[in-house]
Formats: sequence, C-alpha cells, structure tokens
Amino acid sequence: MILSALFFYLFASICVASAFMVIAAKNPVHSVLFLILAFVNAAGLFVLLGAEFLAMILVVVYVGAVAVLFLFVVMMLDVDFAELRQGFLQYLPVGGLVGVIFLAELLLVVGSWAIGPGIPTTITAKIPTDIPNTQALGLVLYTRYVYYFEAAGVVLLVAMIGAIVLTLRHKPNVKRQNTSDQVARTKETAIEIRHVQPGQGL
Amino acid sequence: MKELLAFLPILPEIALAVGAMGLLMFGAYGGERVVTTIQGLSVVLLIFAAVLAAMLPDSRFGTSFVVDEFARFLKVLAFLGSAVAIVMSLDYLAVEKQQKFEYPILILLSTVGMGMLISANDLIALYLGLELMSLALYVVAASNRDSIRSTEAGLKYFVLGALSSGMLLYGCSLIYGFTGTVSFEGIAEGSKHPGIGLIFGLVFLFAGLCFKVSAVPFHMWTPDVYEGAPTPVTAFFAAAPKIAGIAIFVRVAVGAFHEIVPQWQQIIVFVAIASMVLGAFAAIGQRNIKRLMAYSSIGHMGFALVGLASGTAVGVQGVLIYIAIYLAMTLGTFAVILAMRRNGEMVEEIGDLAGLSRSNPPLAFLLAILLFSLAGIPPLAGFFAKFYVFLAAIEAGLYTLAVIGVLASVVGAYYYLLIVKIMYFDEPVQAFQPMPGELKAVLGVTGLFNLLFFVYPAPLIEAASAAAKSLF
Repeated sequence: MILSALFFYLFASICVASAFMVIAAKNPVHSVLFLILAFVNAAGLFVLLGAEFLAMILVVVYVGAVAVLFLFVVMMLDVDFAELRQGFLQYLPVGGLVGVIFLAELLLVVGSWAIGPGIPTTITAKIPTDIPNTQALGLVLYTRYVYYFEAAGVVLLVAMIGAIVLTLRHKPNVKRQNTSDQVARTKETAIEIRHVQPGQGL
Repeated sequence: MKELLAFLPILPEIALAVGAMGLLMFGAYGGERVVTTIQGLSVVLLIFAAVLAAMLPDSRFGTSFVVDEFARFLKVLAFLGSAVAIVMSLDYLAVEKQQKFEYPILILLSTVGMGMLISANDLIALYLGLELMSLALYVVAASNRDSIRSTEAGLKYFVLGALSSGMLLYGCSLIYGFTGTVSFEGIAEGSKHPGIGLIFGLVFLFAGLCFKVSAVPFHMWTPDVYEGAPTPVTAFFAAAPKIAGIAIFVRVAVGAFHEIVPQWQQIIVFVAIASMVLGAFAAIGQRNIKRLMAYSSIGHMGFALVGLASGTAVGVQGVLIYIAIYLAMTLGTFAVILAMRRNGEMVEEIGDLAGLSRSNPPLAFLLAILLFSLAGIPPLAGFFAKFYVFLAAIEAGLYTLAVIGVLASVVGAYYYLLIVKIMYFDEPVQAFQPMPGELKAVLGVTGLFNLLFFVYPAPLIEAASAAAKSLF
C-alpha cells in the first residue's frame, strides 16, 4: 500500500512537473522531450490503476508515434517559438484568470456529477473481474466487435491510399535506387579498361 | 461451415473490400498499363456485388449489420450507381490524362462504406460506414490535384465534412448517454420516455446526416464542391452517396426513433421546405450547369425528405421511389454534361447548349426528356416520384408541406425549362464533339427509363413498397 502510494506520488509529481516544463521550455525540442516524459509517467499512473492496456497504448501510440511526429514537425518547420512566446508575461493575468474560472467550473461539474441510475443496468458487455483487462479487451475486440475493428481498418486503408494519391509524384528526372539493376551489374558493364599511352592522356 | 455462414450477410461488402485490395496490389505493381483493366474489373465487381446483395436472405451480422428488404433495395441502387459512375468516367479521364488506378479503387471502397451505411443497425456501424464513404469522397474530389479548383473542392468538403462528423458524433454520444445503448432497437426502447437530452442528441445526429445528403441549412459545400471537382466525380457525388445518405437517414428516423415521430417530424418538415425552396430559387441565377445541378440536387433531397416527414410506410415508399428515379435522372443528365466537349475542351456553361436541337437532335431530345422529368412533368418518371411523396405527406396531414412542395416544384420547373428553351429556340453555337459510346448507352437507358416508366411502373413501386414495409 505504502509502495503504491510512493509510486503514485513519484509518477504524479514528475508528470505535473514535466507538463509544466512543456509550456515553459524555451527550446521547442525540449518541450517535446518533456512531453514524452509526461506521457511515460502518465502511463505509469495507468499501471498503478490496473489499466495496463491503456498504459501500453499510451507508450506505443503517444510516445512511439505522436511525440516523434511532433519532434519531426518541430525540427522541420522553421518556426521561431521564442518570438511567439514574447507576450507571455503580458497575457499572464488574463490567461490566468480564464484558467482559474475554468478550473472552478470543472470542479463544480465534477463535484456534482453522477451516473444516471438506470444506466449501469443497460451495459451490454460487463467488465470481467477475473482476467486482466488486455485479455478482456482482446476477447471482445476480435469476436463481438470484429465488425467495427475490420471496418476501422478499411477506413485507415482509405486514408493511406488518399495520402499517397494526393501527394506522390513520379518526377522523371529523379535518380532512384534500383536494387535489381545494381545486382545485375557485371564486370563487363561496370568497368571499362583503357590502355593509356605514356605521356598522352585520354 | 457454420462459422463461415455467419459471414453471409456481409458477403457483398467483403467481396467489394477484398476485390478493391486485390486490385490495389494489381495496380501498384502493374502501373499505368493496367488502369483500363482495373476500371473494367471494378465495374464487374460492383455489378457482382449488386447481384449478391439482391440475393441475400434476411439476416444479421452480430447486432450491428442488418440485411432486410430495405437494405437489398438500396444496396442494388447504390452499387449500380457507383458502377455507372465509373463507366461514365472512362472517356473523361482518358482524354484529360487523369487516369489513375486508385480512382476506381477509392470508389469501390467508398461503395463498401455505402453498403455498411445502408445496413447499419447501431450508431458505431453508422459512423464507421459514414466515414469510410466520406473519406474516399474527399480524396476523389481533390483527385485532379494540379487544378486549384479541384483541390479547393476537396479541402472544403473535407473541412466541412469533419465538422459535420463532429456534430454527428456529439449527437451520438448524447443519445448513447441518455439511452445507455448504441443499437437502434435499444434506442427505440429507450426513447419511449424521451428526455430533453435525447432530443438534443437527435438534433445533432440529424444535423450531421443533413450535411451528408446536402439538405438546407447544411448545404453550403454542395455548389462549390460540385463545380470544383472533376465532372465524373461530380456525377458520382450526385448519385450513389446521396442514396446511402438518405438510406441511413430513413433507417435512423424510422428504425431508432419511431417512438418519437412528432419530435423529429418538425425538423424534417423544416429541412424539406428549406431545401425545396432554396433549391428552386438559388438555381435560377446559375450559369454553370454543374452548379445548377448542385442546387437541383439540394432541391431533390428536399422532395425526398417530404416522404420521410410523414413518418409512415407510405412515406418511406415514396422516398425510395423518389431516390431510385432521382438516380436515373441525375446519371442521365451528367452523361450529357460529360459529353459537353468542344475543340478538346470541356464546357460547362448553360449557354453552350444553345441550339443543340439542330446540331445534335437525339441528344437534345433525351436531355429535354430528363429535364422535363427533373421538373416533374407528367407522364415522365419524375412526376411519379413527386406524386408518391406528396401523396404520403397529404395522407399524414402535412398539407402545408405538400402545398409548399408543389409551389417549389413549379419554381424549379422554370430553370429546367429555360435550358430546354435554350436548346430548342436559341441560335446554334458550334456542335459538340461526338459522344463516346458508354455515355450514349447511359443516356439512352436513363432517358428511355424516364420516358417509359409510366407504361410499367409496377416493379419499382412494388419493390419500394416491400422495402418500406420491412422497416415497420
């Protein structure tokens, strides 16, 4: 109990601190790196809650794909973030006020929130308690919900085809690597032997 | 074997999806040389899927996919509409040098989405089908990526489509939250005692669906997208996706919310009136025939929704007859628009049709038939389409709606007849280039269908009646 509480405070404090650093860091690359740290710690919190599938997804999808994509975008685009952030102190009072109001409203909403009394009875897929949640998800995802799963796959396929159709251009003058051509080269096609007479050149 | 039989209900969609993936590999390795083969095979595949869809027995795949008479009727229409759209694109793409093997494949995948949408029996299946259909549409709208108007059309459609998907999902989440289920049967059960939350969700869901069928007030994208997209793409947009959109609209309204008809009836009445009136008046000033067809399709969606507004089996029958005839009228008209080519250039102005009756009398005659039919003049097919929806509205006591509808159709007749007048009485301009054979075939079949429908209307009307009854 003590151990899990310790880990909770460890993950939670690092998560909040790195989230703060995401917005505070001068260098946008550092921001993205802190974002990754925040994601990993949030994943740790999910493990503590017993939601290991969510933790894995967070690491694989957000750290592995989204954050790396961010990093690429930040490095590729020449955006002067320091300039964008110049009015930071100037806008701090108004921004802070909006933030405080928003926080108060959220607290009010969350404080009075309750699940409708009839809702839990209508849940069609009950959460099993005797197996880990990754297994539980797998059991319904590929059986009961296989239709949705496959349909989502086809949607992603269309997205991929669309991206290629709209952006791929076959330029005639681009030199491309052709492995079979490279392998098919022989001594005869690759080297030409010239007998150079002394003192004459080619 | 028993496990395999469970896949029977989704067999047409599986055939289309697997076929599309196979053709994709074929195209990726075959390159430019196999484009024509892929186009041909896509059409064959779509017709095969239509036959399969027509033969399936009443069945379900899980809880989210349902095959009934309604689904069979509409799937046949949607699959054939897509097949004809590919056929009509052949000549245009070849002449404009825009042949890409991905184009028919995207249409196939979009058609898979239509099939899923027509058969959807819960909110998640609805959303997945809708996104699959729309995502492919956004891409084909921008498929002529070197044209600024085509890319603008694609981008506009994409951004507004994403917005409408957001509204639709918001509505779905509210409905799920207030009924505790996503299945249409469950929602029907949960809506026996509707709360304000459920109605709120219903409004947002309907807003998203109105966008997909381009009904007023969610129609703004239609003229720009129709005008900007390459013409064969516009022909496709105006036909099959509209069928799928109307299908899911009817299934949601009648299947999931039949307990609260008075609640959504007023929404549909407003949307129908606004679409009919705007479609009629806004089309009058148009000079570009593609924009004119955009407003015309907005108006026709309004007329189709008149049938839905009645909320009865007769009304749904009217909707089904309407969109079947609308499909024939639209495809025929677009076959003519695709043939408007002069000195190697496509022309799109209505004035370019001047004197067509002298330079090409058969073409002018068939187009005149289609335009009279679009205007709803007896004894052509378009008249029967309007007749059945207005009849349903009057039987349901929606007299105001029916009267406004008839008045809007009179206003709409003006701009259709104006084109006929330009064709028959204005001084001829230079003749069009000879029409390619496949467009002639499409135009001939649709023109004769509209002309001779009144001789033997029973098959369509009976099929629509059986399809409508399967929902009640």
